[in-house]
Amino acid sequence: MGSHAAGGSQAPPTATAGGGETQRTHVAFIFYPSIGIVVFAFDKFINSHGLLMLLFHTNRYPYVTGTSVIALKYKDGVIMACDTGASYGSTLRYKSVERIKAVGKHSLIGASGEFSDFQEILRYLDELTLSDHMWDDGNSLGPKEIHSYLTRVMYNRRNKFDPLWNSLVLGGVKKGPKGDEKYLGMVNMIGTHFEENHVATGFGNHLAIPILRAEWREDMSFEEAVKLVEKCLLVLLYRDRSSINKFQIAKITTEGSTIYPPYSLKTYWGFSHFENPAQGAVGSW
Amino acid sequence: MFRNQYDTDVTTWSPQGRLFQVEYAMEAVKQGSACVGLRSSTHAVLAAANKPASELSSYQRKVFRVAEHAGVALAGLTADGRVLSRFLRNECINHSFVYEAPLPISRLALRLADKAQLRTLPKYALVCVKNFRLRELLIPVCTQRSWKRPYGVGLLVAGLDETGAHLYYNCPSGNYFEYQAFAIGSRSQAAKTFLERRFEGYNDYTPEQLIKDALSAIKETLQGEKLTSANCTVAIVGRKDDGTIEPFQMIDATRIQEIIDSMEAAEEAPPVEPSSMQEEERTSDAAPMDI
Amino acid sequence: MSSIGTGYDLSVTTFSPDGRVFQVEYATKAVDNSGTVVGIKCKDGIVLGVEKLVTSKMMLEGSNRRIHSVHRHSGLAVAGLAADGRQIVSRAKSEAASYEKVYGEAISVKELADRVASYVHLCTLYWWLRPFGCGVILGGYDRDGPQLYMIEPSGVSYKYFGAALGKGRQAAKTEIEKLKLSELTCREGIVEVAKIIYGVHDEAKDKAFELELSWVCDESNRQHQKVPNDLLEQAKAAAQAALEEMDAD
Repeated sequence: MGSHAAGGSQAPPTATAGGGETQRTHVAFIFYPSIGIVVFAFDKFINSHGLLMLLFHTNRYPYVTGTSVIALKYKDGVIMACDTGASYGSTLRYKSVERIKAVGKHSLIGASGEFSDFQEILRYLDELTLSDHMWDDGNSLGPKEIHSYLTRVMYNRRNKFDPLWNSLVLGGVKKGPKGDEKYLGMVNMIGTHFEENHVATGFGNHLAIPILRAEWREDMSFEEAVKLVEKCLLVLLYRDRSSINKFQIAKITTEGSTIYPPYSLKTYWGFSHFENPAQGAVGSW
Repeated sequence: MFRNQYDTDVTTWSPQGRLFQVEYAMEAVKQGSACVGLRSSTHAVLAAANKPASELSSYQRKVFRVAEHAGVALAGLTADGRVLSRFLRNECINHSFVYEAPLPISRLALRLADKAQLRTLPKYALVCVKNFRLRELLIPVCTQRSWKRPYGVGLLVAGLDETGAHLYYNCPSGNYFEYQAFAIGSRSQAAKTFLERRFEGYNDYTPEQLIKDALSAIKETLQGEKLTSANCTVAIVGRKDDGTIEPFQMIDATRIQEIIDSMEAAEEAPPVEPSSMQEEERTSDAAPMDI
Repeated sequence: MSSIGTGYDLSVTTFSPDGRVFQVEYATKAVDNSGTVVGIKCKDGIVLGVEKLVTSKMMLEGSNRRIHSVHRHSGLAVAGLAADGRQIVSRAKSEAASYEKVYGEAISVKELADRVASYVHLCTLYWWLRPFGCGVILGGYDRDGPQLYMIEPSGVSYKYFGAALGKGRQAAKTEIEKLKLSELTCREGIVEVAKIIYGVHDEAKDKAFELELSWVCDESNRQHQKVPNDLLEQAKAAAQAALEEMDAD
């Protein structure tokens, strides 16, 4: 008992400038008879004294996180909404951060999860759209292409055991050969990705999706879409302790993107269900 | 051939500011049999004259599919051309892996040109790879290893992207140009002259008309030899009326032969200009009595 | 030329007895043979203009570009070998991008010019490389306002009020000197640049050419971009008219 055997090790090259003798992330599998297979990642490098060093990646945790993002297609384009809070652990630490940003001319990105990782992703995308812009050859990345790019980045990082701790929503409209094409998709920290008519991340995935499934229609006007989004946001505000009552809505159409200034929703806390919520609950609380 | 002391390697400038090795590489393009390319706003057509090296051998393939939306025709050292078309395929696959979208043709041509340009730059770049400090300095300049000469091949790159159909000519010097219609290879001047007379109308041509003009241009380079489906290759790529892509593909030999036959039939009918529907219409408009 | 046949002019790492590096001078010749490139610094920005020689009438307008953006606020105009120029452009782009990554703000024009110049200079130092056969004019806008630099194949870079490269550089410089650059706006500047390019174009030697114009100024939101089509056409028309007027005299 307790004996273990190294099951294998492989070394996917990490992205490095210049190439050559640089750090590599290795992945090792160790089989513990009592536990099963344990997978961990480490960097191997020679330090200044010529010694072989192994730097193990410990579990990483997110620090400052944003909560749900909700987005749906409507008649003219895509609408996206989220609150402007960011929590440090469970403390609501930042009250006005923007978690929806425009990417190029045709897309919007919304993010929940680690805020610094989102900022890093924005830098990637900025580099991408800038070089696109500089070619100035009439070609540009549409929402589908950017979503695909993000998918590759997220899945790649996950395979390095160093994920970008986010769920990203990507929406946009771009003129294609068959007319305007609306696009809405999401990708999360392990690289799962899909396209949908309406998406919600984080807590919204649990609380908003049922509402969206019941009430979403393809031909919704902007006003109707806003109403539906607000309904979802309000439910989340009541039920998600990480959300705050300061919301931002953004839309993207063929004319371009608009990110509206933050505003609050009217709340009513007098529902009988909200009074003494622990009553009748069997258990410690 | 004249020779001088400045023409033996690619890193030596002549007193007139010329790079002879690059210029000689440009000559290699003229050694190959001819290729033509032309495009409308929606379709691009490539055509090549096939010349077997001997009567007992087959000919070298000159038209290559690069991706669903792009292909190349090449003249010069076909061996170099195959390397480059493999490079282009890689670029297209990598791009579509990351973005799930086809690589725009202008950027495809640019990457090809940059690759060709690097060939015109350093001599023995291996030296800088061995020296660690220099490697840091110079890797951006010469990403290649011991490549010693420019490519000896000219490529016509044709394809489709969101801005429509495109045709580029990439030459060994690392320059690339976008054309409405162009011809390269031996005796391409005849084909160029033919195309120059007609290219202004090409934007509105139907695929069929483009193919006919491509064949006529190829015919010009054959110096009286008979044009048949056996000594030419034609390929087309474009966007159909419903917005879907018509993938890059070689046109079937029997179909080419049909077109050639119909062109010859039209040529034999006296009053009609050969192989041009537009010209036909114009003549009938201008002089109805002739019919 | 006295250098020919002496053997001192075959490598970029060889000095001649009188202290010259002929290979660099020869590379400069390639620049001198190209279409004219002009850059001027106006009071509110930079205008870059290129006389792009067109070798075939089947070539499409806008192909074989000679002016490239290298960042939001700066652009490069290339005289000489276009293929070598692209190499410099991509280096400039990556320098600008890496600067912004590290410092979080756009690279200043001076810094960019310095970095590009050292890259160009690097290629004059080793026997297995050759100097670039192109000169570039770099225009940009940063917190110190609009600035213009010219970088030559030798790797020197100087700051200019107005600069010219290529075949017609002498005539172009004379014309630029006549302009009151400190009072000129970019809107007027593009017309002046167009006039200069049209003026120095030698119709006897090169038949067709295309005028390529870009600017970075307050009007373009301090972004480097192609001059809008309507303004370009106006400038062309004005240049054409000025040319005909001159011919009439």
